[in-house]
Amino acid sequence: MAGEVPSLAESKLTALVVDDNLVNQSMHHKLLDRLGIKNDVVCNGQEAVDVHCSGRNYDLILMDMDMPVMNGIQATKKLREMGIESKIAGVTTRSKEEEKKEFMEAGLNDFQEKPLTISKLVSILHNLDFYVQT
Amino acid sequence: MQRQVALIKQSLFDQGYLDEQFVELEELQDDANPNFVEEVATLYFKDSARLISNIEQALERGSFDFNRLDNYMHQFKGSSTSIGASKVKTECTMFREYCRVGNAEVFSLFRTCDECRCLRTFKQLKKEHATLRKKLEQYFQASK
Repeated sequence: MAGEVPSLAESKLTALVVDDNLVNQSMHHKLLDRLGIKNDVVCNGQEAVDVHCSGRNYDLILMDMDMPVMNGIQATKKLREMGIESKIAGVTTRSKEEEKKEFMEAGLNDFQEKPLTISKLVSILHNLDFYVQT
Repeated sequence: MQRQVALIKQSLFDQGYLDEQFVELEELQDDANPNFVEEVATLYFKDSARLISNIEQALERGSFDFNRLDNYMHQFKGSSTSIGASKVKTECTMFREYCRVGNAEVFSLFRTCDECRCLRTFKQLKKEHATLRKKLEQYFQASK
C-alpha cells in the first residue's frame, strides 16, 4: 500500500480541514499528512472564514457540510464571495442528490462522500489537477 | 501473542463490529504515529460517551425532541462511520429513521410507538457500543 501512495512532497501543497467532528479532524489531518500535504484544522465554517480573514490561504479546502455556527454551504458561499479561489472539496455523509447539488452550487470544485480514505483523497487531488506523478 | 491479536481482530470483523473503514485507519498508522489507531479509537469513545450522555439527558426530560435527538445521532453516526464501527453505525441509522418518522407523525399514539422504538434502539446501540469498546481495548492491549 505504501508504495502505491503518490508522493506530493515536492508540491508544497497546503490544505485546510473544516469539520466539527474530532474523529474526522484527526483522520483527515492524517490522510493529508500521509500525502505530504501540510494542513490546518478548524471546527466550523465560521472559523474557516476567520482564518482566511487573518490572511491565510490554502490550495485545498476539505469542507464538511453539517457544522454548528456556520455550515459548509454557508461557508463555501462566503469564501467565494470573499474572492477565495482555493479548490474546495465538499466531504459529507449526505447522499441525496438534491443535497449534493445544493452543496456543489454553493461553489465547490469537487465532492466526496464520507468516510474519506486515501483513494478518495487521491481522487479529489486528481479531479482538481493537483496530482503529481513522481 | 501475534496470533491472539489476529484472532481478536478477525472476530471483530466476522461478528460485524468493524468494517473495511477500520482497515483504512490502520493503513494510516506508521512509524511517525505508531499508536494512531488507538489514539483515534480513544477519541471516538470519548466523543461518543459525551453524545450518549447528551442523548440520555434529552430522553430523561420526557419530551421527545426528535430534531435534537437526530442531530446528536448524526454526529454519532459520522464518528462511527469514520472509525468503521459497523454495528453502532447501523443502530444510529435506525434511530434516526425512527426520529424522522416520529417527527412527521401526527397521531400521538403512533408517535408514542416511535418513541418506544427510539428507546429500544438506543438501548441496543449502547450495548453494541460497550461491546465494541471492550473488544477494542482487548485488541490494543494484546497488540502491545
